Amino acid sequence: MSRFRNALLTLALLAAAGVVAAQSNTFPGIGRAATPSEVAKWDIDVRPDFKGLPAGSGSVAKGQDVWEAKCAHCHGVFGESNEVFSPLIGGTTAEDIKKGRVANLMRSDYPGRTTMMKVSSVSTLWDYINRAMPWTNPKTLSTEEVYAVTAFMLNMANIVPDNYVLSDKNIAEVQARMPNRNGMSTAHAMWPGNELSGVKNPDTANKICMKDCTPEAKVASFLPDFARNAHGNLQEQNRNVGPQRGADTTKPEPKAGMLVAAAAPVAAAKPEINEAKAAIALLNKHSCTACHGVDKKIVGPGFNEIAKKQAGKTDYILSKVKAGGVGVYGQIPMPPQSLPGADAKQIAEWISKGASK
Amino acid sequence: MNADNINSGRVQKAPENFLTPTGIKEVFAEGKKGRRDFIRNAFAAAAAGAAAPMAMAQGNPVPVEGGDPNILNLPEHTVGLGQGVAAEGYGKPSKFEANLQRRQSPGLTQTTQASVSFAPLQSLFGIVTPSGLHFERHHQGWWDIDPSKHRFMINGMVKKNMVFTMDEIMRLPSVSRFAFIECGANTATEWGNVAVPTVQYTHGMISCSEFTGVPLITLLQMAGADLKNGKFVLAEGGDGSSMTRTIPMSLITSGEVIVAYGQNGEMLRPENGYPLRLVVPGVQGVSWVKYLRRVEVGDKPYAAKDEAIHYMDLQPDGTHRQYTNLQEVKSVVTTPSGGQVLLDKGFYNITGLAWSGKGKIKRVDVSTDGGRNWRQARLETPVLSKALSRFNIDWVWDGKPAIIQSRAQMTRAMCNPLTNSCAQCAARDRSITTTRSSRGWCRKTVR
Repeated sequence: MSRFRNALLTLALLAAAGVVAAQSNTFPGIGRAATPSEVAKWDIDVRPDFKGLPAGSGSVAKGQDVWEAKCAHCHGVFGESNEVFSPLIGGTTAEDIKKGRVANLMRSDYPGRTTMMKVSSVSTLWDYINRAMPWTNPKTLSTEEVYAVTAFMLNMANIVPDNYVLSDKNIAEVQARMPNRNGMSTAHAMWPGNELSGVKNPDTANKICMKDCTPEAKVASFLPDFARNAHGNLQEQNRNVGPQRGADTTKPEPKAGMLVAAAAPVAAAKPEINEAKAAIALLNKHSCTACHGVDKKIVGPGFNEIAKKQAGKTDYILSKVKAGGVGVYGQIPMPPQSLPGADAKQIAEWISKGASK
Repeated sequence: MNADNINSGRVQKAPENFLTPTGIKEVFAEGKKGRRDFIRNAFAAAAAGAAAPMAMAQGNPVPVEGGDPNILNLPEHTVGLGQGVAAEGYGKPSKFEANLQRRQSPGLTQTTQASVSFAPLQSLFGIVTPSGLHFERHHQGWWDIDPSKHRFMINGMVKKNMVFTMDEIMRLPSVSRFAFIECGANTATEWGNVAVPTVQYTHGMISCSEFTGVPLITLLQMAGADLKNGKFVLAEGGDGSSMTRTIPMSLITSGEVIVAYGQNGEMLRPENGYPLRLVVPGVQGVSWVKYLRRVEVGDKPYAAKDEAIHYMDLQPDGTHRQYTNLQEVKSVVTTPSGGQVLLDKGFYNITGLAWSGKGKIKRVDVSTDGGRNWRQARLETPVLSKALSRFNIDWVWDGKPAIIQSRAQMTRAMCNPLTNSCAQCAARDRSITTTRSSRGWCRKTVR
């Protein structure tokens, strides 16, 4: 047994030293060769030098159609929306395209930083759209659609003209027009290896001071009173036994120096509401929560808002889930939903009863 | 300190006694000036404070009947029959511990699937985060994946593209190591003005577990990876977002990077990547790719979405530092901390966590007077490289306002919050941070 362990230890040491001694015959029976079609299905990454980019093309015009059907409801018609995610488009100029540096990134007063302001490599856009979009149905876009959506985004940022057709042949030209292509630096000490041309030392150094280090302390910022309870009652977020309790933030902060009565007996957890739990599980399963929060608006209204407006109307809610709708809560349409009838009914009942958590 | 002042067994019956002697003096002084409203408000606050105290009186007095009823009257659990074995096939925390939950910060994100929940650091002990309280960061929701259908692929600059089942990976020689995982954005809420109330929300995007798995280098060698020219490895997840990140080959050849399936003695939790995730000690959590399906060996970095759009550091000149993946040294006092109320004056154990993605914590200092004087804290064992370390230090509270801070050291550098602002420490030099008071604020330069 100990000899076996020593052998493993030796292997581990060899491995740690980076010695390419161990080949697959070191661990017979473990792992097999991947087939070309397996590798092709999974090896989808695209590097900044376009290694991995599949041949193909897509037009700005086609991209606009795909965008409006599959992207706009989260990202806005012009990629400007911050309702669900950070804005994609905006903040870049013709001058930036010339220089390859986005001037607004130097401004501390600029109100936001869009994807197009930050991204230096067009491959990153292509790769991420291809692997992760649309958010609720990733990897369902065709290669042409990925090229087209990328082209449309580039067009919205005035990087390519309206009649542009983006392809594997001309994407390098686009790279040469990316507004922030010269905006990245690896001259820092934060890469955890020796592969990049970083620097060795951190930016600052300090000496240890133990006594009389400073004059009177001055606090720069306090949690504003209005935010005292913004994260919920802190009394319910701290252990009920031990040297301290959470403050009851449903009440104003008491004046300093006041003592109050000893801790109340520890309350046990509230029982879970199973009906709500089941309904919320269904909402997650059918991606309803991508657009509706239980107690807040996202793209569509929060379930609590629907519950308030349509209390008791199970059938009406059910019909809206199935048929979709627009205009009751806003102008962003909800497409018809194809979830199983029983699930839809359970959800509708839960909403009509108040959409409790 | 007067012994009367630290008496922790005060009986509190009359409302007047809800105020300290100094509080009463203050009220009287204000009353002489004719500010009746002040008095009314003070008593109102004292009454309301029965549940919302600045300082609570601990109730362990000797009652008039000559003993504590909790001692004198034997409770049900002492005189009855308890529950049988395996009443719970998988044991849960006591029902009295229900306040310990990972929580979202309201308004931080619009969706729950691309979001984060924070670990309740204010109530945790030691260095291990209970798996059910481990912080979460998902980019496109979490899944509970059937391990019998999960596959792991190696391709790129290798002699042989390979695939492995979970059975095969778990047959290989395994290693176990403790490591912290920290979101690259952790503590960023401290950079501006104070916006969140507790250490859960300021520092809770960190957790520490014992992870078990196979060193990635072992698997790369089985595939005959070109370790000389293949300087970068892309790690890719199997979920919808199929998260990708570039991992340095030098870190992989050191043996530290693990393809892990175990966490704290059991399998990974689904929220943490079940059945397979990458463990990259010292590096931002986003590199610890969950639901790991593939690694690719290459000769250049990949500029993935979270390397070329997010997880970069904007500099004053408008450039971004790219590939800033290392988590450098930080520390934080976890109790007493923001939003907490101490029971009374007297002795307390100040406790907190320190960590560094570059190695071991060497030393932690604590100040209770706003950074004027510092004392060296005790580091509890084990102190492990790239894991959380627990520190403790004694403190007797005199009941007066106090600012409690910590600072940690791993090499020669150290952050003094009074010569560097919190934001400066955090932004310019992540090798040195974090200072945090007991009530949630961050200090800035005094001069």
